[in-house]
Amino acid sequence: MRAMIVKEFRELRRDRRTLALLIAMPLLLLVIFGYAANFHVDSVQAAVVGPQATQVAARLPSFFDVTVTQPSEGQTNAEQLLQDRTVNVAIVTGRAPVLALVDGSNLFAAQSIVSVLNKEGNTVSTRILYNPELKTSWVMVPAIIGIILTFIGTIVTSIGLVRERETGTLEQLAVMPIKPSAVILGKISPYFLVAAFDMTIITGLGMLLFGVPFNGNAFVFMLGAALFLFVVLGLGVFISTVSHTAGQAIQTAVMFLLPQILLSGMIFPLDSMAAGVRWIGYLLPLTYFTMISQGVMLRGASLASLWLPFLVLTVMAAVVFFGATLRFRRDLAPRRRHSTVAVEPATVSSVHQAGNGA
Amino acid sequence: MTYAVRCASVRFGDTLALDNVSLQVEPGAVLAVVGGDGAGKTTLLRALVGQAQLATGEVDAPPAEAIGYMPATAGSWSSLSVAQNMDFVGGIYGLSGNALTSRRDELLDRASLGSSIDQLASALSGGMRRKLGFSLAMLHDPPLLVLDEPSTGIDPVSRIDLWRMVSEAAAAGAAVVMSTTYLDEAERAAHLLVLDGGRTLASGTLADVLDSFDGAISTTARPRRRAWAWRRGREYHEYWPTTAGVPIDAAAVTPDLEDVVVTLSMLKRHESELAS
Repeated sequence: MRAMIVKEFRELRRDRRTLALLIAMPLLLLVIFGYAANFHVDSVQAAVVGPQATQVAARLPSFFDVTVTQPSEGQTNAEQLLQDRTVNVAIVTGRAPVLALVDGSNLFAAQSIVSVLNKEGNTVSTRILYNPELKTSWVMVPAIIGIILTFIGTIVTSIGLVRERETGTLEQLAVMPIKPSAVILGKISPYFLVAAFDMTIITGLGMLLFGVPFNGNAFVFMLGAALFLFVVLGLGVFISTVSHTAGQAIQTAVMFLLPQILLSGMIFPLDSMAAGVRWIGYLLPLTYFTMISQGVMLRGASLASLWLPFLVLTVMAAVVFFGATLRFRRDLAPRRRHSTVAVEPATVSSVHQAGNGA
Repeated sequence: MTYAVRCASVRFGDTLALDNVSLQVEPGAVLAVVGGDGAGKTTLLRALVGQAQLATGEVDAPPAEAIGYMPATAGSWSSLSVAQNMDFVGGIYGLSGNALTSRRDELLDRASLGSSIDQLASALSGGMRRKLGFSLAMLHDPPLLVLDEPSTGIDPVSRIDLWRMVSEAAAAGAAVVMSTTYLDEAERAAHLLVLDGGRTLASGTLADVLDSFDGAISTTARPRRRAWAWRRGREYHEYWPTTAGVPIDAAAVTPDLEDVVVTLSMLKRHESELAS
C-alpha cells in the first residue's frame, strides 16, 4: 500500500492541472461563497418622475439610490427607464397614492424593493413589470440558455478538437491540403448549429412549460446568442490548444464554466457581491449574455438599450475567438515557421542516391 | 523529381531530436528509416512533410496535394465507417463522384477491405485499420508517400499485406519513405537510413550498410564481454573490433543488418569511453 501511496503522490505532483484544480477550486469556492453568495440587496437604483419628484426623492429611504429625478416627465418615461434597465424602480408622483413601477426581471432587487415599499402602507401603489409574479423560472430560463451555450461551446467543442489530437488525426489533417481556417471552421460549425438548435428548443420549452414571455425582437436575441457563441467557441478552441487529452479539456473547461455559473449574476445578484468579486463577474461573457437574454425576453429591450453588453461581447468574441484560432493554427501549420539555413558542404552527412524500386 | 531533407536539425527545448540528418528519395524507390525508440524517425518524417520546425537544414518536398502521409497512430477517423473515411479524405483532395468511388473501391479491394466498407474504423482490427490508413494516404495517388511505422504492432499476415501495398505503390512510381523498427522489413527497402539518438549511423543500400561494417561478429553461448554482446535466438552475438580479435573457440559469422545496426548503436553509446 505504501508503494501505491508514494506512486499516487508522484503522479499527482506531475499532474499540474489536477493540482491546480485541487488548490484553486477550494479557494475559488471560498471566495465566491464568502463574498458573492448573498441574496440580500442593500441598495437599488431609483428614478423619481412627476411634479413632486424632487420632494419625494428627498424623502425616500436610503435604500433607494435616486439616480434620476425628472419633474417634467411622467409614467411613460418611467417605464422606458425600467425597460432600458437604467434603474430598478421608478416612482411616479403627482397622483395619490404615488405609483412605484418595479423591474421584475431583476428578481432579488425587485423582491427587496417590494418588501421596503410594503412598509410604506397605502401611500404607495406598487406595480411589478416584466415578471409580475416574481417567478424565479422567468429569470432563470434566459440565463440557462447561456449556460447551455457555454457547455456546448467550451466542453463539447474542446473535447471534439482534442480527440483529433489524441487520435493523431489532427497531425494527418495538418499534412493535408486544407487550410487551418477550414479545419477550425469545419470543426466548430456543427457545434454552432447544434448550440443554436439547443437554444431554440430550450427557449421554446421555457415559454411552453414555464410561461416565460418573449417580449423583444427575436433578431436581437439571435444576434446576442451568435456573438456569445463565438466567445464560448473561442474558449473551447483555446482549451483544446492547452489540453492533450479529453480529461484535461474537461478539467480546464470546468475551471472556465464554474465561475460563469456562480459569478455571472444568474444565481447571486451582481449588485450584492463584494466589489472585488463583482469585477470578476464583469469579465465573464455569460454576465453579458444574461443581460441580453433577460432584457430581450422579459423586458423587450431594444438593441440600442443593450448596447453595452453587445459591445462587450463583440470585443470578447474578436479577442477570444481570433486569439484562440491563431493559437490553433500555429499547431496545425508549423511549416510556416520553418527556417532554411545554408550549411557548409563539409557538414553534410552521408546521403545515398535512390535507385530502382523496392 | 527527388525529394530530400538536407542537414536537418530539430530541437525540442533542450533536446536535440535530429542532429544534421539528411535523406533523399526518388520516384519508384522505397527508403526505410530504421532505428529504435527515440531515434528520431518520426521527427525526420515530420520534417519531410513540413510538420517539424527545423533549427537548421532544408526540405525539398512537394506541396501538400502531392504528399500522402500516414501517421504512427491509427491514421483514420474511428467514428466514421471505412467508406466515410475514404470519402472525407477524397473530398479534401478534391476527388468526387465516379473518380472517387472507383479509386476507393480499387484501393479497398487491394487492402482486402472491400467487405468491410460499411464497418466503423473503430471496429476494425489493428492490421485492417493500418491498411485503411495506408489506403487513405494513397487515395490521391501521391508522388511522395510518407509512412510512419506502418507495420508496428500488427500481425505478420497484415505486415505482408502492407508490404505488398507499399511495393505496389513504389512500382507505380511513388517515392516512399517509411520508418520501421523491424530490420527484416528494412532489408526489403532499396535504401536504408539508420538513426540512433537523432544522428545518422549509416545510410545507403543494404549492401552499402553491410559493407560499412568494420570489425567481426562471433556467435557463442557464453559471451566474454557482456557490454559488447547481444542475444540472437538461443545464442549470443559478440562484436570484435578486428577479425584477429575473435577468440579461437568462438565461431565468426557474417554480420547481417541486425548485427550491423546493433554494433553501430553500441559504438555510438560507447564513443566517449572509446575516445578516452
